[in-house]
Amino acid sequence: MFIIGLLLAMFGLTISIGVAVYVMLKRSSTIPDRILLIDTITYMIIGIIAILSVMMDTESYLVSILLLGILAFLSTISLCRFVERGAVIERERVD
Amino acid sequence: MNANAWIEAIVLILIVAGTLITLISSIGIIRFPDVYTRAHATTKSATMGILCILLGAFVYFLFKHQVFSVRLLLGIVFVFLTAPVSSHMIIRSAHRAGAPLAGISVRDDLKEDLVKMKQPSTEGPDEREYQT
Repeated sequence: MFIIGLLLAMFGLTISIGVAVYVMLKRSSTIPDRILLIDTITYMIIGIIAILSVMMDTESYLVSILLLGILAFLSTISLCRFVERGAVIERERVD
Repeated sequence: MNANAWIEAIVLILIVAGTLITLISSIGIIRFPDVYTRAHATTKSATMGILCILLGAFVYFLFKHQVFSVRLLLGIVFVFLTAPVSSHMIIRSAHRAGAPLAGISVRDDLKEDLVKMKQPSTEGPDEREYQT
């Protein structure tokens, strides 16, 4: 019962990832739209990893949750700065 | 029911609730026409749904193994802090880069405010700061 419920939850999250990928490939028209969907897909992968670590009864996967969270935030911020200004790191030269 | 079954029931309820929130938000992703409205749907799945799932995993490891997993708690806090910030940043950069609104949108208040803000700052204080 418990394992079947966890499998159904993983199936639902996989369906949402499929929907997000379909919208990203077919229906999105701008670059910020795709950045938003990539961010959402990363959070859904975090959820799948959490369910997997409960299902396999181990704590070894919990580090990757933290790592993926940090990676999603940093990549989103840098992509947004690139879209907005054309440069990720701004150097201001004061001589 | 013994204690083990209670813990599994609570964890299952939390995880299934998070999955349902994520599925509902994916309906929003496929139905909304625009970046600005689509962010409204994705933010809910990123904060509420993933938070429910991670909380379920935290409760499972706390009561089943008696392990207070600090890494998972840190992950929960980090996701809960940074998901709204990154969503706000995406929408801000989309508006500044000029992503078009959907056809059914009625008004754009931020555009008028940005134009009003840019008017006085074109002459004056910027150049004075650079000279010093």
